[in-house]
Amino acid sequence: MIEIRNLYKAFGKQMVLNNLNLNVRRGETKVVIGRSGVGKTVLLRNIVGLVRPDGGSIKINGIEVTDLSEKEYDRLRMEIGMVFQGGALFDSMNVADNVAFVLNEFMNLDRKTVADKVRDSLSLVGLKDVEHLMPAQLSGGMRKRVSLARVLCMEPHIILYDEPTTGVDPITAAAINHLIIELRNKLKVTSIVVTHDMNSAYMVADSIAMFYKGQIIADGAPEEIKNSKHPVIRQFIHGEAHGPITEDESLIFGHVK
Amino acid sequence: MNIAVSTIGSSITEWIRYIGQLSLLFAQTVTSALTPPFKGYRSLIQAQRVGPGSFAISALVGFFVGMIIALQMAYQMVQLSAELYIPNVIAVALTRELTPVLTALIVAGRIGAGIAAEIGSMVVTEQVDALKAFAVDPVKYLVVPRFIALMVMLPVLTMLSDLIGIWGGYVICVYKLHISHEMFWKMTFHALTMKDIITGLTKTVFFGMIIAVVGCHHGLTVKGGADGVGKATTTAVVRSFILIIITDCLITFVFYFLLNV
Ligand SMILES: Nc1ncnc2c1ncn2[C@@H]1O[C@H](COP(=O)(O)OP(=O)(O)OP(=O)(O)O)[C@@H](O)[C@H]1O
Ligand SMILES: [Mg+2]
Repeated sequence: MIEIRNLYKAFGKQMVLNNLNLNVRRGETKVVIGRSGVGKTVLLRNIVGLVRPDGGSIKINGIEVTDLSEKEYDRLRMEIGMVFQGGALFDSMNVADNVAFVLNEFMNLDRKTVADKVRDSLSLVGLKDVEHLMPAQLSGGMRKRVSLARVLCMEPHIILYDEPTTGVDPITAAAINHLIIELRNKLKVTSIVVTHDMNSAYMVADSIAMFYKGQIIADGAPEEIKNSKHPVIRQFIHGEAHGPITEDESLIFGHVK
Repeated sequence: MNIAVSTIGSSITEWIRYIGQLSLLFAQTVTSALTPPFKGYRSLIQAQRVGPGSFAISALVGFFVGMIIALQMAYQMVQLSAELYIPNVIAVALTRELTPVLTALIVAGRIGAGIAAEIGSMVVTEQVDALKAFAVDPVKYLVVPRFIALMVMLPVLTMLSDLIGIWGGYVICVYKLHISHEMFWKMTFHALTMKDIITGLTKTVFFGMIIAVVGCHHGLTVKGGADGVGKATTTAVVRSFILIIITDCLITFVFYFLLNV
């Protein structure tokens, strides 16, 4: 479904994606874990074409997308929903218009249908009676959920979640995890979930990929990752301050070696 | 000397690149304005934001400029005993030159800055990326409505401001210089031809395009956070001013030498 081969992306001298390979099968939920700043968001942005890679290949549904024109890409983007890390809600519109954005843009539906769809999408993310609020009036967690509802409303085949459970309370986080699982089971949605939250990762993942220094260094079933002997993975999933990942940082991070 | 030359050289190439970028955005805007689907209500919403808000201030400026020209002309014309021609000068100077440019500068300051700030903050908060991710072209969605709104509203504002400016002149001429009411209007309409008004308004169509394209360009290319938005806003206003004045000069040249109007 999504095949990424030898992907490169640099910003100036900084190599963010350095020969990255990743394969997401149809209907699979792939969780990508990795430290803050490794380039997880950059990876997702490459997939939807918000930034174009410097080299390598991305195939979505068998179509090579790296050299598509914007117009050709747009056809594909209709099937891909991206839940932005910061929500990226349109702050000049209320919640209802945000959620209905794609419907209003591309479909000629009557008001009642749109309102119903908006209500359904919002209730899927556990929100009710917030349609008239402006994004500025929402809490961070609510904003994230509205952003998810906006994606659900467009009924995409592929959903890219950028840290869907960061900044929401544990109960809401669990509900979002359930939602991700349900979308996979009922609607056969293919997803990439970027997260730091290992609980969430174990819960929703069909497979977990570990992103480290511009590459996917391991990709396997949750159990495999959990029991991995790889020191980098062990340090990350157990959340230890000392280990191979932070080796170079121990001075900057305040511990003198 | 060398440094001076190379600084001038690099700022010239920078301006050429800048004009290139603006032309590209202009071309994209025109193309997507002409490609369906057309969403006219969006331009209407933008027009409502441009028009009423700017009307009061451009009317005020027009009124005072009308009075100022009347007084400045009086200072000269009285010596020639040619006060009677003051209404002519007011009418022609206002409609051909002053109100178009002043209105454009006011709108560039009010609306152009607002456009740059609004779109810039949308870029910073990833809303423009969200548009793209939803297969919506930011040029079509954000730039085209503002472009059309300004292109239409600036001439309208200018026309109103022309009228009010002439009233400003009227106040001075009739109450201060004792030109009779009938005489004022007679001289005004005598001097004013359709082509004065039309050349003035034609300019403002171009000024409107400039304000929209420059504002949107600086908004869309914001780098960084709030300070980037701030910088984009001021740059947009300053560049619009410069481009408006240069374009005014060019158009006046064309009108005068090529079209003889
Ligand atoms: N547009 C850009 N220009 C320059 N550098 C960028 C840009 N986008 C991202 N980067 C850099 O790429 C690196 C990866 O950023 P990215 O946002 O992908 O991290 P992340 O893995 O999503 O982190 P987090 O978990 O904190 O969201 C960062 O070091 C960042 O500075
Ligand atoms: Mg990120």
